[in-house]
Amino acid sequence: MIIADRKPLDEIQEMVAPYDRILLVGCKGCVTVCNVGGMKEVQVLASILRIARKKAGRPLDIEERTIERQCDPEYVEQLRDDVDQFDAVLSMACGVGPQFLSEAYPQQRFFPTVDTKFFGGAVQHGIWEERCAGCGTCVIHFYDGLCPVARCSKSLLHGPCGGSANAKCEVSADIECIWDKIVKKKMENGRLEDLLKVKAAKDWRTARDGGPRRSIREELVQ
Amino acid sequence: MSSNGFKSGSNLEKVLVAGQFAFTGECGPPKGANVDHLKEKMEHLRGCVDAINVTDNQTAVVRMSSAAASAIMVAAGLEPNFQMVCRDRNRLAMMADILGAYSLGIRNMLCLSGDHQHFGNHPESKNVYDIDSMQLIALVKKMRDEGKFLNDEDIDVAPRLFIGAASNPFADPTDYRIHRLASKIDAGADFIQTQCIYNMERFREFMKQAVDMGLTEKAYLLAGVTPMKSARMAQYMAKFVPGMDIPESLIERLKGAGKGKQAEEGIRFAIEQIEEFKEMPGVAGVHLMAIEWEHKVPEIAERAGVLPRPNV
Repeated sequence: MIIADRKPLDEIQEMVAPYDRILLVGCKGCVTVCNVGGMKEVQVLASILRIARKKAGRPLDIEERTIERQCDPEYVEQLRDDVDQFDAVLSMACGVGPQFLSEAYPQQRFFPTVDTKFFGGAVQHGIWEERCAGCGTCVIHFYDGLCPVARCSKSLLHGPCGGSANAKCEVSADIECIWDKIVKKKMENGRLEDLLKVKAAKDWRTARDGGPRRSIREELVQ
Repeated sequence: MSSNGFKSGSNLEKVLVAGQFAFTGECGPPKGANVDHLKEKMEHLRGCVDAINVTDNQTAVVRMSSAAASAIMVAAGLEPNFQMVCRDRNRLAMMADILGAYSLGIRNMLCLSGDHQHFGNHPESKNVYDIDSMQLIALVKKMRDEGKFLNDEDIDVAPRLFIGAASNPFADPTDYRIHRLASKIDAGADFIQTQCIYNMERFREFMKQAVDMGLTEKAYLLAGVTPMKSARMAQYMAKFVPGMDIPESLIERLKGAGKGKQAEEGIRFAIEQIEEFKEMPGVAGVHLMAIEWEHKVPEIAERAGVLPRPNV
């Protein structure tokens, strides 16, 4: 799923500074699962903003809404009657949300309250890690289920580089060297040969390098 | 292969093909357009080495480009070993720079992944890594031997470069390092320069493996030597430079030399290493990385008995 972190409070307060009445919209998709932009987080952020503004002597009127998914026009449509009643709208969804909202309601101003980080999952409660770079051509099977494109700091298809030490990346001791894992797994499973052939340069056209991407499922297009 | 039988005709290639023990040096381009400073540093190496590695934004710190600094050496009658990392360029820029470097008279090229920009003075930058060092080696070989770009289009005058690659026998996972070296040679590396060696025992084992696997028959391996300036430098490198194996015994030896004599002790150790590499099966030469110590190279070369350099 998509993992996001909430923006620093200062940044959000600065965004809403000119306004007196705002709508804060959460999303029940990925951001609910990663505890950053669901109904609960909408309540918490709204309370913080209200208290801060009340303290500053300029109360802020905030209405809270959490819709099914902000990346789906069908659910975005549910806000139609309300959007224009506010000075501005804050989205707690990933980067897709504020854009779908902006496209549906061009007259209104929308602000993101989270920073969208990566495609990943929870490795333990409260900790999420990147697993996919969305390069558009999956190669995980060549590396025994471990993706070097997303998980090597240099996206090396032939690793590990000389900076691998104690199974950690040269960039930080907090980053595991995925190539250390790939090599050990291949060696343990007697598949070292897989790593010795030189792989062709990757075709990055399917990644973001080819321009913004679309996915068309003909059978579903009406 | 060109008509004279050499892949590139570089001095380094000729020295190695002639079976001479090669001796290469290193020179980092200046942090600016200070050509005089570059010339001053590189002049120390004249007559002492067969080729001079010119680093490419080493440790991800921006400097004068390696191609430009290499061209300045060519113009001065010195032979550069042009380094290129995969961090800063996509395949278009790489191929363009390879052609440009060759056109400027550069004949040796070392293909590297490059330190992550996190280490450098522009950690905010985007990294490229369009291709990796293994693919860069294969790319240079394809351009030279097939006369084709990566997309298979013909090159109008192919760049004839002597292709180098790096090997770190001490990085993790260590069991794999010899296989990675083999892959680089298979990909097209003509010569290998290793990371700085301090743990001689481990390096002897690594070389034995390389010889047993026939790797030293396929490529020339130059052992990396960086003389320690002090026990503090050794301790710093042991602690902060990833993939560096510095035995405690060496640190103790430097400390034991006493104040003001540690640099001399570091040089003595480097000379002992070079003497051993001359005799070590499979080692075709030494790559001396005297970092910001270029003026010491003539003395080290003299005392290590590698002078005069062969005229081939």
